[in-house]
Amino acid sequence: MRIKEFMAIAIVLAAGFAAAGTSAASVADRWTDEERELIGSLSISRLGPVPADPSNRVADDPRAVALGHRLFFDTRLSSTGAVACATCHDPARGFQDGTALAKGVGTTNRRTMPIASGAWSPWQFWDGRKDSQWAQALGPLESPVEHGGTRSQYARVILTYYRRQFEEIFGRLPSLDGIPEQAGPVADVVARAAWDALPRYTQDDITSIYVNIGKSIAAYERVIRHGRTRFDRFADALSSTGHEPAGVLSADESAGLRLFVGRAQCINCHNGPRFTDDFFHNTGVAAARGLPHDAGRALGATQVRDDEFNCLSRWSDAPRPACRELEFMIAEGPELERAFKTPSLRDVAGRAPYMHAGQLADLDAVIAHYDRAPSAPSGRSELKRLRLDARERAQLVAFLRTLSAPLDAPAGMLEPPR
Amino acid sequence: MTTKTLSRRLLQTSVILVITLGFASCTMMGHYLKHGFVKAPAPSEFGLGPRASFGGAFTATIEPEAPLKVGKLQTVHVRITNAAGEPVGGARITIDGGMPQHGHGLPTRPRVTGTDGDGMYTIEGLRFNMGGWWELRFGIASAGATDSVTFNVKL
Repeated sequence: MRIKEFMAIAIVLAAGFAAAGTSAASVADRWTDEERELIGSLSISRLGPVPADPSNRVADDPRAVALGHRLFFDTRLSSTGAVACATCHDPARGFQDGTALAKGVGTTNRRTMPIASGAWSPWQFWDGRKDSQWAQALGPLESPVEHGGTRSQYARVILTYYRRQFEEIFGRLPSLDGIPEQAGPVADVVARAAWDALPRYTQDDITSIYVNIGKSIAAYERVIRHGRTRFDRFADALSSTGHEPAGVLSADESAGLRLFVGRAQCINCHNGPRFTDDFFHNTGVAAARGLPHDAGRALGATQVRDDEFNCLSRWSDAPRPACRELEFMIAEGPELERAFKTPSLRDVAGRAPYMHAGQLADLDAVIAHYDRAPSAPSGRSELKRLRLDARERAQLVAFLRTLSAPLDAPAGMLEPPR
Repeated sequence: MTTKTLSRRLLQTSVILVITLGFASCTMMGHYLKHGFVKAPAPSEFGLGPRASFGGAFTATIEPEAPLKVGKLQTVHVRITNAAGEPVGGARITIDGGMPQHGHGLPTRPRVTGTDGDGMYTIEGLRFNMGGWWELRFGIASAGATDSVTFNVKL
């Protein structure tokens, strides 16, 4: 009797454990409706066509694309004759340079950002201090550590080497005989003084050429998109059939994806088909050794609001109501301190080191950082400890490696122009 | 049934109880890990209204121009009535909000950009940059009455 009773309870318990075991095993290839929806929302199939840029009237002009392609690779657009956009945004490396701090004619304080699908991004740079791709392109050109030149120098390059193509797109160029070789509102005091000495209408003539250089480069950048990855094939199949497709993701990659949309909470900020919420977050990334304090968005927000080339500026082609991002942006507040733009995770495996000054050497270090959630050097980190084990951290890294694919661009656009 | 059997039963029952409680606490732990320690309101507290203000002076209803979603800047209309159900025109409205479980506010600064003068207000520049539970708070000031109403929205 006693033995019978004991056996009965043991059998019930054993059956219970077995059931728990079975459900744990089958969970690995079963997704909840919420997970399926989240995964579907990350697919590149949901990206849609490139959004219009009302601030750039030549944004989709093929002639501007061709001219921008040439300008992007032209080292004459620098003080040394050795630096082009493509120097740091190297198409052979996914339009970045694989180094912690970008090196133009000097060394910057930030990691080079890739440019694919940048047309979808309302804010450019790590701190969003520019609100269009054309305004972004003009920043490095006048930075003393990037291209190092001035807008008068660049206007002269256009007049000398690109006059015909430029006039076809933008109309007749003004005569700029006798303008200084170096003049612009830059840090260099001599070039600055030369700029201040120019009459206002000459300054405007030079600046209008400078702006159109930016708009042409932006037109080129707009055609460079992210490619379709292994993850996208998985997500589309899961969305359309409701079932995990066989042989697309490994068990570890799939487990990493589950963590990504679930417990690891990566999707909180890395959401949508570009894996970014287009916003700025303080994630407690350590200060880079030897660099001055970096306030991130706290400074970038005031810079874009006051930017000479923002959407509301006279150099923009947008009517005022089209500048909604700028109109409704948050320009101040404690949340902006040391907040940096959420980067896209597409092609992330190919662009170590990571973070805004390349502080983390590889993806293992990145996941370890989010798991540990250290406090921020200034401001407040939004992270909370995740308590992942080593296997889960490796699964997340494995998943991130499924987000790479060759870039999608028209023929010839990923190489220097011929 | 002997005393011995009884005590053994008791032991067995408590073992089962401990296992069951263990599983339950693990599930709760998972819940907290997933959702943070600020408890989301009951499902009945979610939605676009009509919803009474904190002090009962007003009732507000959100009418989005398009279904609310993560990502894009969006426009909503808010209809405001007083305790008698009459439209409240000429109110001053402030907009605030955020994600209590993440400790952050709205990623933009939305504001009233228009009104029909008869209790309907247009709010532009609203953005939700992640999925989950969002709070939207409207401060309403009209004819001496000041009150606020909080909506819970699931994106």
